[in-house]
Amino acid sequence: MTSSTLAGGLAGPGAAKHAERRRGRAKVPGTRPGWVTYSIMGVVLILSAYPLYYAFLLGSSDAQTIAQNPLPSLLPRGNFGANVQRVISADIRFWRALANSAVIAVLTSLSVVFFSTLAGYSFSKLRFRGRGPLLVFVIATMAVPTQLSIVPLFIVMSKLGWTGRVEAVIVPAMVTAFGVFWMTQYLESALPFELIEAARVDGCSMIRTFWHVALPAARPAAAMLGLFTFIGSWTAFFWPFIVLGSSNPTLPVAVQLLQASYFKDYSLILAGVTVSALPLIVVFFFAGRQLVAGVMAGAVKG
Amino acid sequence: MSVSSASPEVVDSSRMPDPRRSAFRRKLSRWDVKVSPYLFISPFFVLFFVAGLFPLVYTFWVSLHDWNLIGGQGDFVGTKNYTYVLQQPLFWKGLRNTFSIFLLSGVTQTLAALVLAAVLNQNIRAKSFWRMGVLLPYVVAPVAVGVIFNKMFADKSGLINTLIDKVGLGPVGWHADVLSSHIAIATMVNFRWTGYVTLIFLAAMQAIPREIYEAAVVDGASRLRQFVSITVPMLRPTIIFVVITATIGGLQIFDEPRVFDQAGQGGADRQWMTVTMYIYELGWGSQKSFGRAAAVSWILFLVIIAVGIINFLITRRISSGSAKAPARAVRVVEGRTR
Repeated sequence: MTSSTLAGGLAGPGAAKHAERRRGRAKVPGTRPGWVTYSIMGVVLILSAYPLYYAFLLGSSDAQTIAQNPLPSLLPRGNFGANVQRVISADIRFWRALANSAVIAVLTSLSVVFFSTLAGYSFSKLRFRGRGPLLVFVIATMAVPTQLSIVPLFIVMSKLGWTGRVEAVIVPAMVTAFGVFWMTQYLESALPFELIEAARVDGCSMIRTFWHVALPAARPAAAMLGLFTFIGSWTAFFWPFIVLGSSNPTLPVAVQLLQASYFKDYSLILAGVTVSALPLIVVFFFAGRQLVAGVMAGAVKG
Repeated sequence: MSVSSASPEVVDSSRMPDPRRSAFRRKLSRWDVKVSPYLFISPFFVLFFVAGLFPLVYTFWVSLHDWNLIGGQGDFVGTKNYTYVLQQPLFWKGLRNTFSIFLLSGVTQTLAALVLAAVLNQNIRAKSFWRMGVLLPYVVAPVAVGVIFNKMFADKSGLINTLIDKVGLGPVGWHADVLSSHIAIATMVNFRWTGYVTLIFLAAMQAIPREIYEAAVVDGASRLRQFVSITVPMLRPTIIFVVITATIGGLQIFDEPRVFDQAGQGGADRQWMTVTMYIYELGWGSQKSFGRAAAVSWILFLVIIAVGIINFLITRRISSGSAKAPARAVRVVEGRTR
């Protein structure tokens, strides 16, 4: 079904020629957009970048300057390094928080990617009784508001003696419904049955087939899932705040603590905020394109 | 395994074809094929039952007891926890604040994202640059966003109030007033999520067949008309999806209001304390009552389900009212070209 036959059928040869000229351009008819579009996008860009720059500006200033100038200067001042030093020596266990955030994010991502790919492979390529209903069940669990289960989850964690330990954050997040669904969708189309059969004929066991055939084929989607899980884990606050507390914090918990204890000095607080946000901003600069592609391919909130 | 590769000199018993052994292997392999699929999906189900479903059901059990953070399980009290929290003005205040923030952020975010997606859906230069630009806030933690905006929205000598003052308007009590504090918190949520939702809408817009727009152009439809009568109705499933996920997440909001001031109580008059903050306060605050915290959790759970269903029905009704037009257009397009 081509656009020229359609337009021709509707409105004669003139419209067909018109459609011909438009071919290969945007779906919305018309030429390249004018300055209005770019102005809107420019404003949006400033709105999404300025608050972060604002944090850096104030983080490189000092308390007195901030108090005197509600409108910060356009260029940063020179105190960022000194402020970061104060953040590190502040009573928020900065290095511990950084290490905890890194360990939790890395282990959670690896685990989610592995178990989700395993389940996704099974759901998309293996035949077994109850496959359809079970997959529907997985998708349905995405709608369960799990934050509301914190009371019993906390009771379980204290029974296990895990309160204040990173296991309490990692273990409940080791595999997600979204991850399973995402990998199922991807492997459905990306992994040909012939490859699996070839491996089986060669005598590979089921798990070896997964390891040598499915896992390599899943790499692009797995990388994206890992990236989103890492971001989700790095930015999470509620559960780490409750179960870890300030004695063994993650970075967001430490940032909250910084604000609670040093609320008079926003140069210190926002230097801390900037440092805590920096790792993901660096990741964004290298993998922003993949993130955009991931969101557009159907990554879900949370 | 290749039996033929064993050379005659080396007698390797394990490589000799042994009928008993190969029968066992066949059995093992059949078992492998049968059980492995379940084994592969089991980690998810085990974890969901242990860390998802069981806690949810157990929340109900806890809510029927006197249950202290330190003392543990106490007496069975029936619905006493529920009647207690339902009589607390703080609970209703929390519910009001949660809904107000949720509506303020949800509605503006969805509308802004729809418009932005339409803007990005044009044939602009440097596409990935702009797309990355809108997604940047997503990588910043809600807590960090909250702390930054807390300072920007400071009542005295804050950035926003200074700008408002420059235009000649009076300062807004972003932390003092009820509605203003809700607007400020909704702004934080929108800052982080609008770009994300925009990209979801953009992806859906790109899947709309071009023929429909061309048919509309031929019929003389303006750009605005195309947006209202084609784009929005065609995005119906995506809008429903976004609204539902926004409901589930939005009604549980905690991070941003928690850091909107340094005390974390939701303001002097609790003007921006949300239900989840109330759950935290009941369970881990001065009362240390897990029973009451669990009761509020269950109430919020039911509220989320109810609002989710209402949202679903409304979104379906609204978009299906006007969805007949494009559905007809698709049929026309298909009919003409067949």
